[in-house]
Amino acid sequence: MIKQFCFCLIVCCISTTTIAQNCQYSLKGKISDFHDNTPIVGASLQIVNSNKNTITNFDGSFELKNLCKGKITLLIKHVACETKTLSFRIHKNIFKEITLEHHLEELEEVVVKSESKSESTSIEKSINKDIITNFSDKSLGDALNTISGVSSLNTGNTIVKPMIHGLHSSRLLIINNNVRMFDQEWGDEHAPNIDMNASDRIDVIKGANSLKYGSDAVGGLILVRAKKYARKDSLFGSSLLSLNSNGFGGNLNSEIIKSYKSGYYSKIQMSYRRFGDFRAADYSLTNSGLENINASFRLGYNSFEKGFEFYYSLVNNKFAILKSSHIGNVNDLVTAINSLEPRVIEDFSYSIDNPKQSIVHHLGKLLAYKRFQGVGKLTFQYDFQVNRRREFDLRRGSLKNTPVIDLRLFTNSIQSDLQVKPNDNLKLNIGILGRFQQNKPISTGSRPLIPDFDKFDAGIYTIGNYALNESTELNAGIRYDFSKIKARKWYNVTDWNETYNYDELFPEFETGIIDGVRIYTTPEYTFHNFSTGLGLLKKINDDLSLFINYGLANRVPNPSELFSDGLHHSAARIEKGLLNINKETANKFIISMERNNSNFGFVISPYFKKINGFIQLIPVGISTTIRGAFPVLEYNQIDAEIYGVDIDLNKKINNRLNYYGNISLLRGKNTSENIPLINMPAANFNNKLTYFNEEFKKLSVSITHKTVLKQNRFPDYNFYTLDPVLQQEVFVDVSSTPPTYSIFGLNISSAFNKGKLQLELNVENLFNTSYREHLNRLRYFADELGRNINFKIKINY
Amino acid sequence: MKTMKTIKTIKTMKTMKTIKLLAVLFISSLVITSCSDDDVVEDPNVDELITTLTYTLTNGSDVVTLKYTDLDGEGGSDGTYAISGPITAGASYTGSIKLENETETPAENITLEIEEEDDEHEFFYTSTVSGLSIDKTDEDGNGNPVGLETSLTSGNAGSGSITVVLKHEPSKPNNGTSADAGGSTDIEVTFNVTVQ
Repeated sequence: MIKQFCFCLIVCCISTTTIAQNCQYSLKGKISDFHDNTPIVGASLQIVNSNKNTITNFDGSFELKNLCKGKITLLIKHVACETKTLSFRIHKNIFKEITLEHHLEELEEVVVKSESKSESTSIEKSINKDIITNFSDKSLGDALNTISGVSSLNTGNTIVKPMIHGLHSSRLLIINNNVRMFDQEWGDEHAPNIDMNASDRIDVIKGANSLKYGSDAVGGLILVRAKKYARKDSLFGSSLLSLNSNGFGGNLNSEIIKSYKSGYYSKIQMSYRRFGDFRAADYSLTNSGLENINASFRLGYNSFEKGFEFYYSLVNNKFAILKSSHIGNVNDLVTAINSLEPRVIEDFSYSIDNPKQSIVHHLGKLLAYKRFQGVGKLTFQYDFQVNRRREFDLRRGSLKNTPVIDLRLFTNSIQSDLQVKPNDNLKLNIGILGRFQQNKPISTGSRPLIPDFDKFDAGIYTIGNYALNESTELNAGIRYDFSKIKARKWYNVTDWNETYNYDELFPEFETGIIDGVRIYTTPEYTFHNFSTGLGLLKKINDDLSLFINYGLANRVPNPSELFSDGLHHSAARIEKGLLNINKETANKFIISMERNNSNFGFVISPYFKKINGFIQLIPVGISTTIRGAFPVLEYNQIDAEIYGVDIDLNKKINNRLNYYGNISLLRGKNTSENIPLINMPAANFNNKLTYFNEEFKKLSVSITHKTVLKQNRFPDYNFYTLDPVLQQEVFVDVSSTPPTYSIFGLNISSAFNKGKLQLELNVENLFNTSYREHLNRLRYFADELGRNINFKIKINY
Repeated sequence: MKTMKTIKTIKTMKTMKTIKLLAVLFISSLVITSCSDDDVVEDPNVDELITTLTYTLTNGSDVVTLKYTDLDGEGGSDGTYAISGPITAGASYTGSIKLENETETPAENITLEIEEEDDEHEFFYTSTVSGLSIDKTDEDGNGNPVGLETSLTSGNAGSGSITVVLKHEPSKPNNGTSADAGGSTDIEVTFNVTVQ
């Protein structure tokens, strides 16, 4: 049973006394339990290639004397625990605080200052539980927006899609609790259905370490992680209430965790979020509220040798969409663009009227692992997801309460991963995956934007991580994926035969069934993808590291890019997928120089992405219907280049005052046509000045600032259209971007009663600035949010 | 120690069972969902579709119809215009609008839906023909114009266009122009007409 106590995560602190003689240095330290800080007695420490060793005494402390200058490698053993190695550079007397963590998955690895990475060579940024709490009543995209190089594509202020280096939707893999999210992520107005409150940490991987999850991470990877619990008998939880002046709403999140010494644990978490109409600086944003109900449940068993976890989460989101954004045709769009204020401004209300989105997402996972002696660790996972998406527009008569879009996407996958460690320096992962997905449009009295389809995927990968020496690590991986999509779809005969010439291009898709002006087809595609990733980590000194990542990613066109067909009412545009869209291939290079030091630290991370066959949705013309004229947008493929640099900086001004800032610069280029790439984030920078007093109730006061420059590099897809009422041509300015804006914020937080009670006050958009953001799809209709005063209270029990 | 070993064996069995269960779940999902593979999916009706607008002008036995038809809706072929003949100069017509969905048999009369929700709809008429004016003669429950019924007065001979716009959820009352009314456009059709 003793072995249950031995767990291994390490935190180091370095003291600063220097001694002149060469073999007079000492390494002192203390080993304690990561969770309750109790000393761990009887852990043995040995210096490799020497006879020096010691054992921790009753208070967990140890001392190794007479060490010579240079590098040492320390082996730390505890009864029945996996042996851990740690390297130190000895050039002075050192004191180390080492905490050992239970044999829970991610915490096995040796970690400096508890900042573990998903892979040691990976170029990534994380947000911790504090930031997640801070964004408790906002969305995943809002929270990730605080990271350099990450921006978002918004529809209003509640539907927020994260973007990494200007890429979003199908180009980002979002992994929630080890399950890859499939929630119809292809649409610009489809935000990820994740309740952040259920997670403990979120990693954004900008580099290449994503092969384990898929071959198509052209943009990057977002890992939403759950907390691992210690093996001890405990019952604890927390409740967080957040209230806001803007939207007169907030969020209530509660969670309770029961863990057992035997290794079993369970957790229940629920959150409820409700807002009424939000306000821009000068007016109410009529019909912009939301209602979310989320719940999650975890049950598992963990030991070093084996374990399992069952996870289920339900996300139920209702988002009202700005009433003024519901427009009929292109002339309505012109009217909206030319008027300074939204068309409909009504008094505040909590009601969520049409247009609106209603999304229910179920996610279930069952994972089991076992370690086989002499082989490695084998993990099996089955997961399923059901995503039901309903979009309501303003409709007539009996269809008033019938959604225009009603799609049900079912996904389930089975995967297995074998991790082998032939020696201390080498780690190998080999995995396979099988996935089946089915989309079913539910009758809405309207043609489905995305047709019925079935999709099969199979993948196999191998990834190796090799520590070349104490300061250099190499990571390399290769992955193969097979995908097959089979759709069942009706086309307009004219479109099939004449507009797109599909009768000659794809006669094999025809079934011979024609009903009046409609033709029934069964398009079927097969794709083979190879992808690779390479990573290198070079530690230059204790603080400074250099990372180099290269990745080759291939993305299969998503169903929306192939098949979407129809009028997007609220967007006043006709969107057309094309059957001849092929896969997208990206070569990604990213370098990162990171100095990890609380006095003065930085990250400088330049990147370059070359994407061949980049799929984009762009305006191609006008189609006239009985409702008037609509811009037609078609998917097409071009070659693109995206390059830029992310810079982060932290500086300790004095004991109480800290500065943090970041800059993201990005350029996207359509190299086929030599014009800027559409919807690329503009250069932006953030500054944050924090006063923190640990002694005085952990008082923290921060002032934040964000500036987003005007995007001057955009493709010009503006056009003219005939206004039949005025009988003259009018200019449709869909491309021009809004001006530069700067917003400020204030955050005050404090903890009472040994951290059991935490209070927080935030003021967002302090000066009630009115501004518009280029990457908000509703920027034609209304300003962004005005000032908001937010109050949070968190009770830990 | 013996009990520990037993517990261990039980736990290993549990793990194996779990793994088997996972496999069964996945395979059964394939079987269940793959059945419908070769069935032809139905082509859903577009219930809301308006394929046909007919604006009938009557002055005794002088009847002029302006008709727009787009049977395949959005995309596909463009809509067609049919104008039965010229409008007589210096005459007064009563006008009435009919909206239909002709993809259904018999054709669905959408006009009835508009009548039921007349407070949420309004037609707007504009013309570039000099001296030609169109006035709305009907009202909704709140006393605001609807535009299903109109009167058209023509002036001197000439030619130009008549544009019919139907707004859904406009501001009512408004200053009589579609721009002021806002709302979303359900219909926007322009006919080229001759007055002689």
